[in-house]
Amino acid sequence: MSEIAISVQSVSKHFRLHSRAKQNRIKDVFVNALKFRSANEKNFSQQVLKDVSFNVNKGEFFGIVGRNGSGKSTMLKMLASIYQPNSGSIKINGRLVPFIELGVGFNPSLTGRENVYLNGALMGFSDSEIDKKYNNIVEFAELEKFMDEKLNNYSSGMQVRLAFSVATILADSEILLIDEVLAVGDASFQRKCYEYFKKLKKNKKTVVFISHDMQAVREYCDRAMLIDEGKIIEIGDVDKVSQSYTKLFMDEIIDDNETVDIDSEKWGDGSATYTNPRVDISESLITVKATVKARTDIDDLVLGFTVSALDGDDVMGTNTRIKDKIIRNVLKGEQYDIQWKFPNILEDGKYSVALTAHGTSGLPVYEWWNHAVAIKIRKYEKTGYQVNPEIKLSLSKVK
Amino acid sequence: MSYLEKIKNKYRYPLIILKQLVITDFKLRYQSSFLGYVWTLLKPLALFAILYIVFVKVLNVGADSPHFGVSLLLGIVLWNYFVEVTMGGINAVVGNSELMRKIYFPRYVVVLAGSFSAFINLLLTMIVVFVFMYINGVEFTATSIFVVFPIIEMFVFSLSLAFILSALYVRFRDVNYIWEVLLQAAFYATPIIYPFSLVMDQSQLFAKILIINPMAQIVQDSRALLIYSETPTINDVFGNSFAIIIPLLIVSILTVFAIYYFKKRSPYFAEEV
Repeated sequence: MSEIAISVQSVSKHFRLHSRAKQNRIKDVFVNALKFRSANEKNFSQQVLKDVSFNVNKGEFFGIVGRNGSGKSTMLKMLASIYQPNSGSIKINGRLVPFIELGVGFNPSLTGRENVYLNGALMGFSDSEIDKKYNNIVEFAELEKFMDEKLNNYSSGMQVRLAFSVATILADSEILLIDEVLAVGDASFQRKCYEYFKKLKKNKKTVVFISHDMQAVREYCDRAMLIDEGKIIEIGDVDKVSQSYTKLFMDEIIDDNETVDIDSEKWGDGSATYTNPRVDISESLITVKATVKARTDIDDLVLGFTVSALDGDDVMGTNTRIKDKIIRNVLKGEQYDIQWKFPNILEDGKYSVALTAHGTSGLPVYEWWNHAVAIKIRKYEKTGYQVNPEIKLSLSKVK
Repeated sequence: MSYLEKIKNKYRYPLIILKQLVITDFKLRYQSSFLGYVWTLLKPLALFAILYIVFVKVLNVGADSPHFGVSLLLGIVLWNYFVEVTMGGINAVVGNSELMRKIYFPRYVVVLAGSFSAFINLLLTMIVVFVFMYINGVEFTATSIFVVFPIIEMFVFSLSLAFILSALYVRFRDVNYIWEVLLQAAFYATPIIYPFSLVMDQSQLFAKILIINPMAQIVQDSRALLIYSETPTINDVFGNSFAIIIPLLIVSILTVFAIYYFKKRSPYFAEEV
């Protein structure tokens, strides 16, 4: 039997809802007292974890997966003692460093060097311990020239590098809690994170890793646990957990790769109008469909669409002129069904689709319908690169 | 493991954070102002100058008390400390909500850090007070050293209040307004800008009530020890050398309650703040 690093015994946790609105004013306390109501009334609480028990062995890479709101982050915060369980107990055997957020306590008015010591202290390291590793930290962050600059002169990339460097170089403790937030950022930063995970694994650290990235969990974890709605659904073998998770996620994907509501806006002279715009999304394919009706006779009709990120740039699009399929001599009352089909190479995020109808030169504009449909892309497979086409893999051993 | 080592281990982490928080506070406090730390000293001096002109020169208060000017300055400095610790205490937990939510450390550290910063300020301002006392011709005696006792009492009293206020403020956001008003009232209920002998001449009962307030007792005792030994203290008012037990008892009870209440509330700061 290997030694146990973390032991969680039937832990439950609930949060009081509306605690801010309900009790933050002294007035409310009096009002509640007058109405013979206790301020801690049970109806205001939400159960986040229900009777959760598990052990993590020493030297084990243990994954906790679950959807958003499943209770996995709450679990991690309880392991880090930030939250207290309402019942049950948590025993930690060894020095634990939580990695829930990078750069905790970073202060923009202090220099890089001062922030290293402040952040390090919050993680439990004394000045002399930091002194020893200070050069490694600076080197790893590649910020030698900037350590005496104030943090508010750093770019956000530099800040993340410094924070990550402090965390990874200092946190040489026995038990580490790692939140997936570590693995956000650009592809090269993600690679750095994963290299770090590999090093932890090689050094036989005890790591609790929470994520909804099943790929990473499969790659690094020895055992895993799936939580949903505050209960353990599956625990143990990573492949088994992965299967359960995929099943959960597939249920979710149906309502997740969906259209979202947003106010649309139309302009143009109204000679041709769109109706019934729809977007079908699957993991590999996106289809944009609509019907166009001519309200007057039109000589040349060019139909098009644009996909743009909800918070910014146009991403892609085309029209029937580019496709060399201009519709000529359209008569009043005629209708066309149009359908655009393209591989789903979009990154996760929210996008909006604009539908256009205009003349050959772009003018006159018959109808320009911004945000005709807004969509949300969320894919199961994540690579961290700019585009995410469906990549088919074939791999076989050469005999 | 020896007992001492155990204690050392238990307080290792809080001490590391405490030290960094106090250092950071000092670095940030006057970082971008031209005169920097000098402001810590100038602020009480400015208030002193105003009150001195209004009360001593214009209204002629305390003209018959010897060294009233330095007494006034000492009172202001002590009172400023009390205000700084308690007002800072209110915001200690809520103001550090980011830290609370993201990392675990013993929560009392943030309150303690504010109290230590203020205490270092107090010590530095006391240097200025000593300079003024010297200029004013106040004689230092061997008993002056006993002033550390009322100072320690004030440290504990302010800190206890800071603990209670910081935990209360997490749940009741009216606390800061209420405390501000109370401080205003307490400023006049404490013999800072007027000599206590004025009250004693008016009404013995009123004087007894006022001097039970630990801050009043602390200010008067400090003045008696440092500046003018004839300054009326609580023991003089009651004519009994055990009267000082009353404010000490108030401080003790408050301290016990502060520890109890803060311990009870602090596990929930992360989710409530």
